[in-house]
Amino acid sequence: MANYVVDRDGIKRYLVTITVNGNKYTKMIKANSLLANFLREDLDLTGTKKACEQGDCGACTVLLNGKPVNSCMVLTVCVDGQEVQTVEGLESNGKLDILQEKFIEHSAPQCGFCAPGILMSAKGLLADNPHPTEKEVREAIAGNLCRCTGYVHYVEAILDAADSK
Amino acid sequence: MSKEFSYLNLNKSASYSYVGKNLKRVDMLDKVTGRGKYIDDLKFSNMLYAKLIRSTEAHARIINIDTSEAEKLPGVKAIITAKDVPSIKYGLSPARYDENIFCTDTVKYYGDKIGAIAAIDEETVYKALKLIKVEYEVLPAVFTPAEAAKEGAPQIFEEYPGNVNTEIHLEFGDVEKGRQEAYHIRTDRLSGQRTLHGFIEPHCTIAYWKGKRVHVQSTHQSVHYLQHHIARIFDMKEGDVRVTLPYVGGGFGGKVDISGTDVAAVALSKITGQPVKVFFDLEEVWLNGRGRHGMDMKYTTGVTKEGKIVFVEAEVILDGGAYSGLGVATSYYTGSLLNVLYDFDNYKFDAYRYVTNLPPCGAQRGHGQPHPRYAFESHLDHIAEDLGMDPIDIRIVNARKANTVTPNGYEVKSYYLKEANELARDVSGWKEKKGKLPKGRGIGVGNGGFVTGAGFCMYRTDLPHSIGMIKIYDDGTHAIVYTQAVDIGQGSDTVLVQMAAEAMGFPYEDITICTRDSDLATLDYGAYASRQTLMAGWAVKRAGEDIKKKILIQAAEMLKVKEDGGYRSGKLMPEELDCKEGYVFVKQEPAVNISFAEVARAYFVKHGVLVGRGYYHPGKLGGSHKGAAVGTSPAYSSATQIAEVEVDMETGETKVVGTWDVHDSGCVVNPQLLHGQVHGAFSMGIGETIWEKVVFDEKGKLLNGNFAEYRMPTALDMPHVESLVLDTFEPNGPWGVKEVGEGATTPTLGCVANAVYDAIGVRVTDLPLTPESIWRGIKEAEKAKEKEGK
Repeated sequence: MANYVVDRDGIKRYLVTITVNGNKYTKMIKANSLLANFLREDLDLTGTKKACEQGDCGACTVLLNGKPVNSCMVLTVCVDGQEVQTVEGLESNGKLDILQEKFIEHSAPQCGFCAPGILMSAKGLLADNPHPTEKEVREAIAGNLCRCTGYVHYVEAILDAADSK
Repeated sequence: MSKEFSYLNLNKSASYSYVGKNLKRVDMLDKVTGRGKYIDDLKFSNMLYAKLIRSTEAHARIINIDTSEAEKLPGVKAIITAKDVPSIKYGLSPARYDENIFCTDTVKYYGDKIGAIAAIDEETVYKALKLIKVEYEVLPAVFTPAEAAKEGAPQIFEEYPGNVNTEIHLEFGDVEKGRQEAYHIRTDRLSGQRTLHGFIEPHCTIAYWKGKRVHVQSTHQSVHYLQHHIARIFDMKEGDVRVTLPYVGGGFGGKVDISGTDVAAVALSKITGQPVKVFFDLEEVWLNGRGRHGMDMKYTTGVTKEGKIVFVEAEVILDGGAYSGLGVATSYYTGSLLNVLYDFDNYKFDAYRYVTNLPPCGAQRGHGQPHPRYAFESHLDHIAEDLGMDPIDIRIVNARKANTVTPNGYEVKSYYLKEANELARDVSGWKEKKGKLPKGRGIGVGNGGFVTGAGFCMYRTDLPHSIGMIKIYDDGTHAIVYTQAVDIGQGSDTVLVQMAAEAMGFPYEDITICTRDSDLATLDYGAYASRQTLMAGWAVKRAGEDIKKKILIQAAEMLKVKEDGGYRSGKLMPEELDCKEGYVFVKQEPAVNISFAEVARAYFVKHGVLVGRGYYHPGKLGGSHKGAAVGTSPAYSSATQIAEVEVDMETGETKVVGTWDVHDSGCVVNPQLLHGQVHGAFSMGIGETIWEKVVFDEKGKLLNGNFAEYRMPTALDMPHVESLVLDTFEPNGPWGVKEVGEGATTPTLGCVANAVYDAIGVRVTDLPLTPESIWRGIKEAEKAKEKEGK
């Protein structure tokens, strides 16, 4: 468990160190800090979106130690010492991830609000299962709601990315 | 899964450089990297966070609002109620402005706006909300049109006696004559439920004042209407209201109304002198409402032996909820487009929109269409069955044709519904499947379509509908397109850049679009009524052609044909030149050319900034009856959809296993984006047919304002979608374009419902077709059969 101090108002403030997209961040947080808020507010990584805030829509999906999670359902204090990857961490050295390239090629997102979450769910899938079937792709993003696209171009883009690997 | 397919080959997109091509979306890099900013991603120094105080009664008089405890909470900066804000009423239909910023006397639904609190952070706002005490005198409430219509029912608004908000009685042709001619007459009653848009990004607004000007940043579908209404509500000049919209996380009609976040942010930032962000939780998106009306629909139709419609009598009852919003237009739309789709002369249409003590209903994708289309398409299938006709044949017999005028006066130029039915029939294997599938499996067809932009502004004005402007950089290497067209995900930014590139003859990848900013971009009414591609398209096309004209004049002075061997000698005229993909060339001798950039730079040196201007107003359109403004449009799309379903006869569970869409959308600027619209429309329509319904308890309290209990389709629910286009040409559209965004939703409910009917042999008349209602339908039919047997 992370170390804490008690502030003037008697509220516990925890000291956490979390690796996000390969960078170590050390911050004081309250016990009720959610990972989604920590990323967006404390680290200004606003690529991770927030909508339902109860684990239904998947817009806040990030990878926690390589596995997709709804970051609105994770207490920041619980991931002290662990590794998080967000949509901002997909690009490396100015080169887009193959998933990002295929999302562009297939015009997968429309309004784009669900896109970071779907990218992270897909990233988690391909890390585990580099050559998924269409059904497996659909299962992997079943927790990511999208109202614009009917998921058609998303599924095509993810399958195409898997084939290109 | 979408084939590039052209059927009619009526336009010339093959010869275009950018129109008709699957070019990369201009916003895609922002959207796949997380760099793109949506409203909730914006922060300003000293910004306050605010939320609305909402009613916890469905209908009540406010006796007292005690804010004293909340005011004492450290970090609370302002608490405002009706007494602190202008009392002017607003809305979207000028004849029915009936909404206040905050309730002045009575609350009209559970969740109605009572006030707002601004504090230094979100946590403090939520704490303060719990300390607000509102004392009510509870009034009797009505939750259905039937309750609202009862004699002695409580009156929700003084101005709507009997709770009737909109009443429509129209008759075209001679229904009695039609009745005499009819070989067969049939009546069906069906009902559609309340649904919601289902965009993922909740409403949020940030406002801040700089002197007399206010800057409003919001998640909205129209820069112009937000600017117009904020100015009107706060008694300001439109020029003193700057509206900018960051990326918008979906709209579908749910971000057209002025939201509580907009008015509260402007009021709170004025009082506090600080930037204020007002945000909705997801549940508040449901409370804000403006989704599809609940509707009861009754159709009586007479047909000849051959299935030709000779008259239709339609009656639609709408549950409007607490305020008008765009609901007056929705009410007219429920009737006005039926005889655009089908060609018949004698038509009687009556509608009543009642106010009830529930969240207001308004415009949702294809508004006024999907439910009535569902009802009429179901009705039409029954008529075909009565006559022993194939459902597609009866649609072909009645399909409107191009270059006709509807009995209600609308001029329909391009219209290829017959061809859409034929192609959909052929690609779906209809002939092999219809009537031949095993029990529990079925196939169904539905038709639909929509206006391509409304013929009138929502309020009375002589402004043009769209203005486009293009500016070329000093060195001629880059262009900026200015327009207030709003890309809410449908891809208008991309399509408009493609159009600008085509019109100018300038490279697509060297154009940036400046939109969604009332200070920087030029007038456009925004994203509603499926208007952007045609209306903003005209304005941008004309701006591009203005640039090209200036470039060709300048280039004529710079280019010289070869002294010998050229096609002619002497000075060149602009008419002899053309410009494509960044090069100006002599049409007869393309080897004589010069880059657009070099010409543009020379123009800049000589004349200063190179700007192109474009203007669009649809002019006088057809229809002169009361309410003709709702339905008149420069162009009408049409579409046929077919769905194949599997119903579990034991559990009543429906799975859509295949879908086909054939679209008559005119010239398609970007096929990939068109197919994306069709995919999304199918997804929304399937959800609305099978699962989605906004549910309230007996006291009008919302029960399922979240994505767990309001069941939208996931990736696992979506079938294969085959999206095909008829390559048609619309004379009233730039390059021949028509809409797709809203029209694509209108056939879906009908085709899925007809497929379920085909699968189970029983018509379940109330949407959604949940497992329970299908199971009950099957059981009741079995019982009825047993009785018959006895």
